[in-house]
Amino acid sequence: MVFRRFVEIGRVALINYGENYGKLVVITDVVDHNRALVDSPDMVRTVINFKRLTLTDITIEIRRLARKKELKEAIEAGEVHKKWAASSWGRKLAVQDKRAKLGDFDRFKVMVARVKRSAVLKRELAKLRKTK
Amino acid sequence: MAPKKEAAKAAPAKAAPAKAAPKAEASKAVAAAKPKAKAAKSAPKPRLLAGGISKDSRSASYHRRGLWAIKKKHGGKFPTHEKTVKKAEAAKKEPRFYPAEDVKKPLASRIIKKQTKLRASITPGTVLILLAGRFKGKRVVFLKQLTSGLLLVTGPFKVNGVPLRRVNQAYVIATSTKVDVSKADVGKIADDFFKKAKKAAKKGESEFFTEDKEEKEEVSQEKIDAQKKVDEALLPAIEKVADLKSYLSARFSLTSGVKPHELVF
Repeated sequence: MVFRRFVEIGRVALINYGENYGKLVVITDVVDHNRALVDSPDMVRTVINFKRLTLTDITIEIRRLARKKELKEAIEAGEVHKKWAASSWGRKLAVQDKRAKLGDFDRFKVMVARVKRSAVLKRELAKLRKTK
Repeated sequence: MAPKKEAAKAAPAKAAPAKAAPKAEASKAVAAAKPKAKAAKSAPKPRLLAGGISKDSRSASYHRRGLWAIKKKHGGKFPTHEKTVKKAEAAKKEPRFYPAEDVKKPLASRIIKKQTKLRASITPGTVLILLAGRFKGKRVVFLKQLTSGLLLVTGPFKVNGVPLRRVNQAYVIATSTKVDVSKADVGKIADDFFKKAKKAAKKGESEFFTEDKEEKEEVSQEKIDAQKKVDEALLPAIEKVADLKSYLSARFSLTSGVKPHELVF
């Protein structure tokens, strides 16, 4: 099996272009082989091109053209946001977001912490080399 | 003549009930009527026949406006202001020569100098990044805005070598970091503090030819003392926060891949 993520109703996807950039949405209908109807609790249901979607591993159980209320319940039942936050992709995006919001002093603190970590690593590596 | 007489007759008749009414009111409610009594003092408004045409005759409006009271107060005459007599200017002596060419007189400047508005992100204690001058890239602590509109900052000197100094807020990035400067007393430091002492004028030709030794300007004792005082007040506050001292002593710089327009300070 080559593909693991399919365009299907209930597939959670990430919007990678446009005004809803960075939003997690659920595919509620497939319009044609280019476009899908996507929905999420805090947006107006829209048709979007597949080029602007990146599929994730997460799926939920919903009907085709599910109502907002059903969608909300299904997202909670499927623990979409919990799964997303735990995935390496989600974590990476969260870190990127946090890093972008750091102030000057916080950036300095990160730099200091990195210097300290690499010093420790270097020391330990040197120890291992000696024992060889 | 006839209408005038009629009006004159009518006027006292109108005045009589008008006088009686306030008295009756006053007796009715002494406490409550106080603001009303004040309003009654100003002359009642003219009654109009139509827009702009008064119902009152000349004499009726004279009584209505209460001009008689003013006359009575000043002994039967309206008060007058004496005309102020302008002092005659002393005759100017004509100039002996006229300028050959017209000299343009500069226009009077109507510019009003307003106090420079301090950026909202800069408050006492804000850590600033200097962008220009000898100390560019240094992170300094903002103390206060001077009357000239410039910002009074210091490194502190002990931490990163930036003395008490004035900078324009245009050449500064304000960060979100704050240092507690409540203990630093900078009330006495004003723009005069930064005035340079005048150099002694050079004498004669002989000195012109002798090579100038570049004299190092010595910092006045006053400035050294002021710096010490401010540093002493700031250092404990800085040392309280972890990493803050090394942060202030480090220079700010951009590295490859950093987009300054996307940075948050």
